[in-house]
Amino acid sequence: MDKRNININVEYLTRVEGHGNIVINVKEGRLDTCRLDIVEAPRFFEGMLRGRSIFEAQHITSRICGICACGHTLASIQAAEDALGITPTEQTIKLRKLLLHLEMLDSHILHIYLLVAPDLLGVKSFVPLINSHNEVVRRALRMKKTCNDMCDILVGRHVHPISAIVGGFTKLPRQSDLDAMLDMLKKMRTDMDATVELAASLKFPIFERDTEYVALISDDGEYPLLMGDIGSTDGVRMNKKDYKKITNEFVVPHSSAKHAKLSRESYAVGALARFNLNSEKLHPKAKEVATAVGLKPKCINPYLNTVAQLVESFHCLEDAISIVEDLKNTSLHYDEEIVVGLNEQHKIPVRADNGVGAVEVPRGILFHNYQTDKNGIITNANCIIPTNQNTGNIEYDMMELVPEILDKSDEEITLAIEMLVRSYDPCISCSTHLLNIKFVNK
Amino acid sequence: MKKPKVGIFDFACCEGCQLQIANIGEDVLDVLGSIDVVEWREVMSEKWGKNLDIAIVEGSITNPHAVKRIQRIRKKAKILIAYGSCATIGGVNGMKNNFNLDDIRKYVYGDSYRFFPTEMTKAVHQTVKVDYFVNGCPVYIPEFVAVLKAVLQGVPYYVPDYPVCVECKLNENVCMYDRKVTCLGPVTRAGCNAWCINNGNICYGCRGMVSNPNEKGAQDVLAKYKIPMDLILNKMNMYNKCRELG
Ligand code: SF4
Ligand code: SF4
Ligand code: SF4
Repeated sequence: MDKRNININVEYLTRVEGHGNIVINVKEGRLDTCRLDIVEAPRFFEGMLRGRSIFEAQHITSRICGICACGHTLASIQAAEDALGITPTEQTIKLRKLLLHLEMLDSHILHIYLLVAPDLLGVKSFVPLINSHNEVVRRALRMKKTCNDMCDILVGRHVHPISAIVGGFTKLPRQSDLDAMLDMLKKMRTDMDATVELAASLKFPIFERDTEYVALISDDGEYPLLMGDIGSTDGVRMNKKDYKKITNEFVVPHSSAKHAKLSRESYAVGALARFNLNSEKLHPKAKEVATAVGLKPKCINPYLNTVAQLVESFHCLEDAISIVEDLKNTSLHYDEEIVVGLNEQHKIPVRADNGVGAVEVPRGILFHNYQTDKNGIITNANCIIPTNQNTGNIEYDMMELVPEILDKSDEEITLAIEMLVRSYDPCISCSTHLLNIKFVNK
Repeated sequence: MKKPKVGIFDFACCEGCQLQIANIGEDVLDVLGSIDVVEWREVMSEKWGKNLDIAIVEGSITNPHAVKRIQRIRKKAKILIAYGSCATIGGVNGMKNNFNLDDIRKYVYGDSYRFFPTEMTKAVHQTVKVDYFVNGCPVYIPEFVAVLKAVLQGVPYYVPDYPVCVECKLNENVCMYDRKVTCLGPVTRAGCNAWCINNGNICYGCRGMVSNPNEKGAQDVLAKYKIPMDLILNKMNMYNKCRELG
C-alpha cells in the first residue's frame, strides 16, 4: 500500500461554477504532482473594458459572474466612484449593504444546499434528493427564490441587477416594497433554523492546515462587508488602494486564472476568513449559531468554510431585517433617485484618475480597479476575483491532505479532494470547469 | 409518454442564465418533472455522453476546443436550444472582437499569453445549426418556459421581431429620449417586457437587433435628439458586435 501509484485526473469538476481540472499524481507512495487547473475559455473582461465609458463598467463587469453579479456590481461601482470622486449618500450606502446581504444569503444557500449537501448525504447531485429529501430540496428552492424575489424588488433582478449604478439607484423601493421585503425576510427565519438542524446532522471531514486568512477589517463595530481596509490573520493591514501588494498576482501556465500570495506561500479568502478575522462583530444570532455548531476562530479546517457560510447567512438575514426596518422608520428620500446616462449630457464631471473597489462577496474579497482618461474612458482595468486568490491555497491543502489519506480507495481520495475544492465554493466561471474521473493505477 | 432526455451545457459565459432556472423556485420541480435532465455539470456529478432529445446551450464559442465540443453536442442532440445572449448573439463576449486578439491576450496574461488560445467570439448559430433561440442577458424566464413548451409540443417558437419600445410604451414608462438619454429600445427585439426601462435604466440591446431595424426612423430619432451616430454604434457593440461575422 505504501508504494502506491495514483493518478487522479478529475476533468471538469462538477458542481462548481466554472471549469477546473484536478490533477494528482502519486509515484511509489510519494506525492509527485498536485494541481488545480483552471481551463475555462478566458473571456478577457479586463481587455474588453478598455475604451468603454467608466459609467458602463458596472453593466459589463456584472456579466463576469451570474452568481456574484451583485457583488461585481458593488465592487465596480465603488471603483468607478473612487475614480470619479463621487461620495455616495448614506441612504445609498444602506441600500447597497442590503443588496450585498441578499447576494450573500442567496449564494450561501445555493452552495450549502445544492452544491455541498449532496456530498455529505452521499449522493451525486441534488437530483436524487428530490425524492429522498424532498422537503430539504423544496426548502432550498424556496429560500433561493425569496432572495431572488427580494432582489427583483430592490434592483430589478438578481442576475445582473438593473437599478444599482454609479451614483446610486435609478429606482428606489416604495413603502409597500419595504413591507414586502420585511415580510419575506422574517418568513425566512423558520427555514434558516431548519438549515442549522440540517447542518448539525452533516459530517464534515476533519482536516487542518494553518494558513493566512485575508478579509476586510475595520475599526467600527460593524461586520465589514462593503467597506474597510484589507487585513489578515498574520497581522497585515493595508488600504484597499494597495491591493496589488497584497494579491501579488502571478500567472501560472496550467491555469487561465491568476494566482496570489501575501505573507506566506498562499492565503485564503471567503466566509471562513471573514469569520476568523471578524467573528466578534457578527450579529448575536449568528454568534449563537456559531456556538451551537462549534465554530470558533481561528478555525483552520477548510471544509468548515461551508459552516462559516451558514453562520454568515444568519448575520446577513438579521442585519438585512434591521436595515429594512430602519429604512421604513426613516422613510426614503425619493429625490435621490438618479437618472441614468447623465454622463452623456456631461452633467457628471469626469477626470483622469484611478479608482479601487474592495468588497466582500460570497467567495471572498473582490477587487476592481479602473484607470480613466480625462474623458472618463477606461484605459486600464484589473479585476481580482476571490477564487484566483484561493487557488494556490487549495493546492497547498491538497498537498497536505493527499499523503494523509493515501490508505483510502481511489474513489474516496477523489471524493475527499473534490469536496475540498467545492468547500472553497470556487466560482471559476469568472476567469475561466471539472468531468471525467480518470484513475490510472500503474 | 417518455420524458425527453435533456442536457445543459455551458461555454464562455457567466452562467447566469443557468442560474435563472434555480431562481424559478419550487415550481422548477414541475418543469424538471416534465423532462429528464441527464447532464448538467453545474449541479450534477453524473455524466451522460449518449444521444439527447434536447441540448440547452449557454455561452459563446471562443476557442478551437469549444468548436469541437459544440459540434459533438450538435451531432448527439435532436434539438438544440441556444440559451441566453452569449449563445444567441455572442453577447458581451463579442466586445473582444473589437481588439486584435494577440494584443488582448497579452494585455490580460502578459508574457504568458501564449498559453491562452482564443478565436473571434461567435454565437452558437455561427458555428452549428440552432433550432430555438432564447435571447436575453439573462434570459427572461416566462419566455424560456414558452420556448420549452413549444419544444415539447414540437411547434416552432417565433422570437418577437418588433422593438422593445412596444412593450415599454404599454408599461407607460417615460421614454428615455424625453429624458435626453439614448436607449437601444427602438432597434432591439422585444420579449423581456422592457425589463430595464421598467427599473429606471435604458435598453442596452441584450436581446439582439430586430431584423429590419427601422433605420430611417432610428436616424430621425438621432437627429431629433442630436445624438451622434458613433455613440449609438458603440452602445450596440456592447452586445451585438458578433452580428458583423454574418
Ligand atoms: S447571456 Fe448574460 S446572463 Fe446569460 S450567461 Fe451570458 S453573460 Fe451570463
Ligand atoms: S425608453 Fe427606450 S424602449 Fe422605452 S420607448 Fe423610449 S426608446 Fe423605446
Ligand atoms: S430592456 Fe433591453 S437590455 Fe434590458 S433586458 Fe430588455 S432587451 Fe435586454
